[in-house]
Amino acid sequence: MSVSDPIAIRLKVNGETVSALVEPRQHLADFLRNTLELTGSHVGCEHGVCGACTVRVDGQIVRGCLMLAVQADGAQVQTIEGVSDSGEIADIQDAFHRHHALQCGFCTPAMLLTAAELLAQPGEAPSRDDIRHHISGNYCRCTGYQAIVDAIAEVAETRAGKGAAR
Amino acid sequence: MKASAFAYRRAESAEHAVRLFGEAEDGAQYLAGGQSLMPTLNFRLGDPGTLIDLTRIAALKGISQKDGAIHIGALTTHAEVARDKLIAQHLPLIAEAYGHVAHPAIRNRGTFGGSIALGDPASEMPACVVVLGATIHTLSAGGPRAIAADDFYFGLYDNALEDGELVTGIEIPIPASGSRHGFAELARRHGDYAMAGLAMMANRNSARIALFGVSDKPVRATGAEEAFASGASPAECAARATEGLDIFGDLNASDATKRHLAGVLVRRVLGRLQEGQ
Repeated sequence: MSVSDPIAIRLKVNGETVSALVEPRQHLADFLRNTLELTGSHVGCEHGVCGACTVRVDGQIVRGCLMLAVQADGAQVQTIEGVSDSGEIADIQDAFHRHHALQCGFCTPAMLLTAAELLAQPGEAPSRDDIRHHISGNYCRCTGYQAIVDAIAEVAETRAGKGAAR
Repeated sequence: MKASAFAYRRAESAEHAVRLFGEAEDGAQYLAGGQSLMPTLNFRLGDPGTLIDLTRIAALKGISQKDGAIHIGALTTHAEVARDKLIAQHLPLIAEAYGHVAHPAIRNRGTFGGSIALGDPASEMPACVVVLGATIHTLSAGGPRAIAADDFYFGLYDNALEDGELVTGIEIPIPASGSRHGFAELARRHGDYAMAGLAMMANRNSARIALFGVSDKPVRATGAEEAFASGASPAECAARATEGLDIFGDLNASDATKRHLAGVLVRRVLGRLQEGQ
C-alpha cells in the first residue's frame, strides 16, 4: 500500500450525493474545481489569507484550501453555484450589481458566501464596522471594498426592515 | 503550491490518535483545524509521513464548568469558544480577545487546542492562557500530563509537548471576584497576526501582563508588572514594558518598533483600567 493511496469519500455537494476517490493531499477547493468542475470557488493564495476559496461545509463558511477533501467525507458542502441556484442570496447578488461591488469577480463568490453568513446572524443589523470586520478575511484587488460594504449594508437594512426571519 | 503526498488516518479517540502516532512509519503530525498546518503543507514547509485527523473526536470538544474552572476541550473550534456563554460570563478576556482572532472562516475550523499547541508567537490565545494561569492537559503514550501554561512555552514553536503528545484540554481557573481584564492588539489588517499585542488579568494590587507578537513566544512583561504592583502610573509601567525581554522584529516591524508598540499597549490597557472601563 502506497503512502498516498486514494481514499473513498461520500459527501453531498449542493444537495447531490457525490462518491469519489481522492488523494489525501488534495484540498477541498481543488476537489470541487478539478474533480467536480465547480469552478465558482477560486484558488488564490492557498494558505488561507485571501479568502477566495471560501465555501460552506455543514452550514459554515470555511477555507476550501485549508480543508482536505478526505475531511469532507460525510459532510454537506455548498459552493456558490448551489447557493446561487437556491435563490438564497438573490438580494445580495442584486445589491452587488447595483452598487458595482464586483469588477473582475475573482473575490465575489467568497464575498457573497461570507456576507450571507453575516446577514444570517440573528440580532440587530450589522453596522458598517461590523461588515468590514466580517469581510476582513476576503481580499478584493479591484473595488476598494467601499461598494461591497455599501451593498451588504443595504441588504442588511432591507432585511431588517422586512423583519425577515433568517 | 500543492502539498506533497502523505498518508491519512482518522482518529476516533485521543488514545487512538496517540497509538496511530506511535505506529506511523515515516513520522506523523496531528491535524486539528488545519488552519496553521495546511498552509505549511501547501508551502511544502513540512513533510509529515502521516496526518492523523483529530477533528471527529467528539470527546475532545465542548466547554464545561467544574470545580471552579472552565474546561475547554482541545478540539473546540474558535467560533464555538467565541460564542460560548460560560466564556462570556467567566472569562471575558478570552471573549474580548476573540474579536481579534483571524477571520470567520478560519474560526469555524481552527481549534482552541490547536492554537495553544502551536503557540504561534503572534497569536492571542497562548498569551491569554498564560495570564489566566491555565493548565494544559495532554496525553501521550506515557499517559496524561498536566502542564502549567507558565511552564509551557519555551521558544519559537518550541514547547513542553513531547513527540506524539497531544493536547486534550485546557483548564482555566475562574478569576477571583474583583478581577479585571485588559486586551489590546495592533495589526495591519483586522484579524491579521499581531504586530504587537497584550493580554492582562489584574486585581487592585497586581497584574499578569503577557505580550504577544513581539518575541518568539508569549512573554510576561515582568517589569511592567512590578511597576504596577508598586503603584506606578500607566506611563511609568509602559516605560518598563519590555524590560529584560528578548524582542524580535519581523516582516511587520523592527524590534525597536515592537518595543515602542509594547509600551503603547501597556499605557493604553493600564490607562483604561485606571479609568475603570
